[in-house]
Amino acid sequence: MRTWLSAGRVNQLSSTDTATDSAAENEAVVETDAAREAVLAELTERLGAAVLGSYIRPGDDLWVRVERSAWRDAAEAAKSMGFTFFDYVSAIDWLPSPFGRDMDAQEDLVVSGAEPKAPAPIVQGYAGGDTRFQVIARLYNIATAKGIHFKADVPDDDLSLPTWSGVFAGANWHERETREMFGITFDGHPNLINMYLPTDFQGFPLRKDFPLLARRVRPWPGIVDVEPMPGVADSEEGEAE
Amino acid sequence: MTAVSDPSQLSDLIAEATDTRVNLDFESEGMTLNMGPQHPATHGTLRIVAKLDGEQVISAEPICGYMHRGYEKIVEVRTYPQVNALINRIDWLGSFANEVPFILAAEKLMGVEAPPRAQWIRTILFEMSRVANISLFLGDFGLQLGGMTAGFYAFRDREHVLNMIESATGGRFHPNFDRIGGLKDDLPKGWIADSHVAMDKLLAFCDEMEDLLVGNEIFQSRTRGIGVIPADIALNYGLSGANLRASGIDWDLRRDGCPPGLVYDQADWKVWTHPDGDCFARTWVRLQETREAAKIVKQLLDTIPAGPVMAKVPRIIKVPEGEAYVATENPLGEMGYYIASKGDLVPFRVKIRSASFNNISILPWVARGAYVPDLISILGSLYFILGDIDR
Repeated sequence: MRTWLSAGRVNQLSSTDTATDSAAENEAVVETDAAREAVLAELTERLGAAVLGSYIRPGDDLWVRVERSAWRDAAEAAKSMGFTFFDYVSAIDWLPSPFGRDMDAQEDLVVSGAEPKAPAPIVQGYAGGDTRFQVIARLYNIATAKGIHFKADVPDDDLSLPTWSGVFAGANWHERETREMFGITFDGHPNLINMYLPTDFQGFPLRKDFPLLARRVRPWPGIVDVEPMPGVADSEEGEAE
Repeated sequence: MTAVSDPSQLSDLIAEATDTRVNLDFESEGMTLNMGPQHPATHGTLRIVAKLDGEQVISAEPICGYMHRGYEKIVEVRTYPQVNALINRIDWLGSFANEVPFILAAEKLMGVEAPPRAQWIRTILFEMSRVANISLFLGDFGLQLGGMTAGFYAFRDREHVLNMIESATGGRFHPNFDRIGGLKDDLPKGWIADSHVAMDKLLAFCDEMEDLLVGNEIFQSRTRGIGVIPADIALNYGLSGANLRASGIDWDLRRDGCPPGLVYDQADWKVWTHPDGDCFARTWVRLQETREAAKIVKQLLDTIPAGPVMAKVPRIIKVPEGEAYVATENPLGEMGYYIASKGDLVPFRVKIRSASFNNISILPWVARGAYVPDLISILGSLYFILGDIDR
């Protein structure tokens, strides 16, 4: 039986609002991951300054953020390094949602007559970033059973980056989906038409500022539906909302 | 020259050509054949626009979106336990298997680990949904190729597994049984003995299918050498599961990249591959997989440890900030969830990497040059579920 490396380490499960000092705890479990470090080193060697950031969760996963112009080179480099299995391409919109991100979302505050909140800043995830939109893709090496997540920043004024469909044929459909859901275009893509939506559909549904209609006509439904976990008394842990 | 479809007109033309000793170059204009959206070979509503030259397919383009339900958007306003109920509906034939990678990804971010008993039962139910899913494939594929009997046998024997899933979880198709930190409930009384019986029935069903379907001469002639996918093309398109193993690639996430929380290393089983990469290979690998899955279930049933089925988790689940990707070997192939969390009640972004989406994206490549009846074999043997493509 295997366990997560993080198992038993994180103990502030429901109390993210309370500041806990976990620095000392984290120091005790500094692991290294030689295999993934080596992959990262080789990628950095091949791509040079195009590698903008990286993050390794030891024993688990590797994130590499590359320059937008080197997006295709990154795929080719990884493919020649044995990462031949294409997993997916997608994107993330890091804009904190004006709609329905939480139970005290802006529009519910308006309904209940409370003061509107100041919008939260955009915070990118692992491997950092500078832009609202990031394209994310994953390749996998079947021989070593290791994957790489690639990320690339896509600036708002030019939502485009080179296509992967020439390197990995499977990227074709994924890029079509990303284009219609986020509005990010892929230069050189042979057939960038809608995958799911009608051709005359307006807007990009997976952007955070695209309102989810069902959410707009009903206030936050989540909190009343959270069921108690078996064997846990109501007063125990968790916050009483 | 216009297309000639009327045989008498054709013979007139040929006669005329012979008479005038002109070497007529017959070029046909081509024909567009629309398959679906409703077609027995599509497991949902998929439309395929095939351009034909005579009986041969020049290009086949799947048109998706008839069943797009926007899960990736709606999960952004649903709490983690609620998401669990939604994602049951992605691959509706093996629903329990959909829940597991999502729950595992959330557990990974939270650093929670299910107790051993929950991990065992999780693995058992996971494999049971594989048996239920693929046994239907075997019957349904026979049905698509004109062998009705296999379909009835499959529906009959799948019921044994669904009954077991139902008696443990309360739902035949949509169990919603997996929880962050364990399972909703323990097993009911007598379930283990009943499951042994059900798995024995399924093993017998596999033998039956081997004779009835895979051993059938007509079946073989309709599948052997049809729709061959070489290994490098399969990897290029991101094919996974039995489709990849039928192309000779020995890779199974249950063995090679099994995330913590599933106990496949506690059972003795094999990964089957086939070198041919054709429709027959894909069916054959799936048949063997059903057998192996039944064997895994039987072995794990005997070794379920005692103890709780739920770890201590907070009443209101907030997943700490971070990103995680967990993929498991689902009945259809690799299914993974990329969760980006901001420490809220709801996930910030969930990318659902479903197996069928990649598996069916190879269709334009593999269908080129195939004959129209073979298109059905290819579609059927790639085995996709529409909910798994459209999400």
